[in-house]
Amino acid sequence: MAVDLSEAVKKSGNGGNPLSQKSESLTRDAIRRLLKNRAAVIGGIIIILLYLMMIFADKIAPYDYATQVLSEQNAVPPWLTKVFPVMESYAKPPVDNPNKYILGADYVGRDLLSRIIYGSRVSLIIAIIGPLISLIIGVLYGCIAGFFGGRVDNFMMRIVDILYAFPGLLFTILLMTFFRTALSKPDPGTFGEALSFLDNSLGGMLFIIIGIGLTAWETMARLTRGQVLSIKEKEFIEAARSIGSTDRRIMFKHILPNIIGPLVISETLAIPGYINTEAFLSFIGLGVNPPTPSWGSMISDGSKVVRTYPNQTIFPALMLALTMFAFNFLGDGLRDALDPQMRGKS
Amino acid sequence: MGRYIIRRLLYMFLVILVVSVITFGLMHSVPGGPFDKEKPLPKEIIANLEKRYHLDQPLPVQYLQYLKDLAIPRISTTKFPNSIDADALFKFKIGKYYVRWVNFGPSYSSRSRTVNDMLRDQLPISIQLGFLAFCVAVVIGMPLGILAALKQNSWVDYTSMTMAIFGVSVPVIVLGPILVWIFGVSLKVLPVTGWGSKPPFAFGIFSTTHGWKYWQYAIMPMFALGLSSSASIARLTRASLLQVIREDYIRTAREKGLRERNIVIKHALKNSLIPVITIMGPMFAGLLTGTFVTETIFGIPGMGRYFVNSITNRDYPVIMGTVLIYAIFLVLCNLIVDLVYGFLDPRIRFE
Repeated sequence: MAVDLSEAVKKSGNGGNPLSQKSESLTRDAIRRLLKNRAAVIGGIIIILLYLMMIFADKIAPYDYATQVLSEQNAVPPWLTKVFPVMESYAKPPVDNPNKYILGADYVGRDLLSRIIYGSRVSLIIAIIGPLISLIIGVLYGCIAGFFGGRVDNFMMRIVDILYAFPGLLFTILLMTFFRTALSKPDPGTFGEALSFLDNSLGGMLFIIIGIGLTAWETMARLTRGQVLSIKEKEFIEAARSIGSTDRRIMFKHILPNIIGPLVISETLAIPGYINTEAFLSFIGLGVNPPTPSWGSMISDGSKVVRTYPNQTIFPALMLALTMFAFNFLGDGLRDALDPQMRGKS
Repeated sequence: MGRYIIRRLLYMFLVILVVSVITFGLMHSVPGGPFDKEKPLPKEIIANLEKRYHLDQPLPVQYLQYLKDLAIPRISTTKFPNSIDADALFKFKIGKYYVRWVNFGPSYSSRSRTVNDMLRDQLPISIQLGFLAFCVAVVIGMPLGILAALKQNSWVDYTSMTMAIFGVSVPVIVLGPILVWIFGVSLKVLPVTGWGSKPPFAFGIFSTTHGWKYWQYAIMPMFALGLSSSASIARLTRASLLQVIREDYIRTAREKGLRERNIVIKHALKNSLIPVITIMGPMFAGLLTGTFVTETIFGIPGMGRYFVNSITNRDYPVIMGTVLIYAIFLVLCNLIVDLVYGFLDPRIRFE
């Protein structure tokens, strides 16, 4: 027994004084557990690499994403014809340099690799902004409903119920078209002009973000409300109230920090969903404005010629899948690390 | 129970009404009309067209007119003329009265067809596809999740859960083209485009073609659409079953000496199904909307294409019809889910 204890003291490396040994902080414990999860670490590394690729897209991409070389439409490098023997009979490499396009060119002769690299922008930005909007609106909404309770709660939650009855994707599509056309009329006003300018400079992403953001917060609001309700009656809230804290202070200083953990986890797990929605919208032609590339629109363009030039769909599709893998693995790992009890729940 | 259902149905009716008002308001507040073409039509023609479709009337009147066509049956002693305006989803005869009920209105962009035609000819295809995908999700997902939970921390568990994460990460737009390329183009075992059944459908929904003729078209789309849902069902089933298996009553059942299979099926599984059932409602509705992309990839003549086109064309009745139909599906799915709760867990009372 005594031997065991001394061994433990040695391991703790605290100069042999067992009493000075600090207990591991919650965060550090979580990080340790996260780093032990190999899948999550790989996911995290892939995500960092993807974001680096996005930031340095101008440096990495061999060509511009919009430059069309019409003489090199659907150009296919020799190595691809070996991988996809179907193309042998008609695929032709560029004349001057057969390996000019590593992954080939699309139907108007734009380099596929460069478009894939630039296309990461849309998906990866949505992966940040989607959860952010949904967290801000949803948490605020749920907090207010749960905290004040009673009639306020009832009213606010009925609104969420009704929004829930909207088929989500259809509503997003409707909202996006609404904003787009409402702001493309001749005189949309100063605010409208500012919005459409912003949208144009983002290549049409603003309205995707608005469309997704306006529908995504409902789940978050419900979740937050439930959490607030469960914590509202705890003693420490009563204590805060008894020393005269204002509602706002209680909400932001006492309730929010205690519930934010599970909310962030659930939002991390939702990221692949946002990426998927953007790709879906771009696929049906309601996403970014051409020529801005997005993996969804590239898959859509490519799937029209999948029988002849499979490379034009398969590469963007693989990138999309890779990104979603990475976020899924990281999100799962985060959840397991922060909240071991929830392991395996989706 | 009966009262509960009636109250829920009334509430559902209210929700659908609100959905219809919002959709109606939203689509009419978008500037521009259904007859704006790139080459503008003469003013008189537009005025005539708007009059023909009652678009010249104030919005509330239009909305009430729409509701009236939709909800109130038209009854007549003489046969209805075979015109587009008198079309309806349900046509039947009671005694000497001809009844026509539920008219979703004409379609502006394809003049010879009505929204009812689309609901008759295209919607069943989308429902078939969505339902098959749902079956794929349940048939693959549940056993996988159960196996993983029963053999927790074994290779079975790890393999199936890794497979599940891969499944969740491969949406239709990724899986669809890859399947087409593998089975349709390279191996040439399955047709690349089309759907195996044509209208008219049995009971308005079911296919009249059977066997390989039907399935050769259905296999790829249903897997492409259903696989990622099967992965989330698998993960949820596993998690929920793991929780239940540690409960005291399972231990009691074991100590009573019940057979392991009976314990799993009768005691554990039934109790672990509630969270799984909860996501199945929205999932089924989501799969129905998810058919939009699947239909585009596999060239299936379903509802999806019409909806997307209808929005850009300002085809008001088509937009309204689609949104309403899907909203009704969604609300009905949730009602069914709530009723199934009571069956799975008798402690849940319907108040």
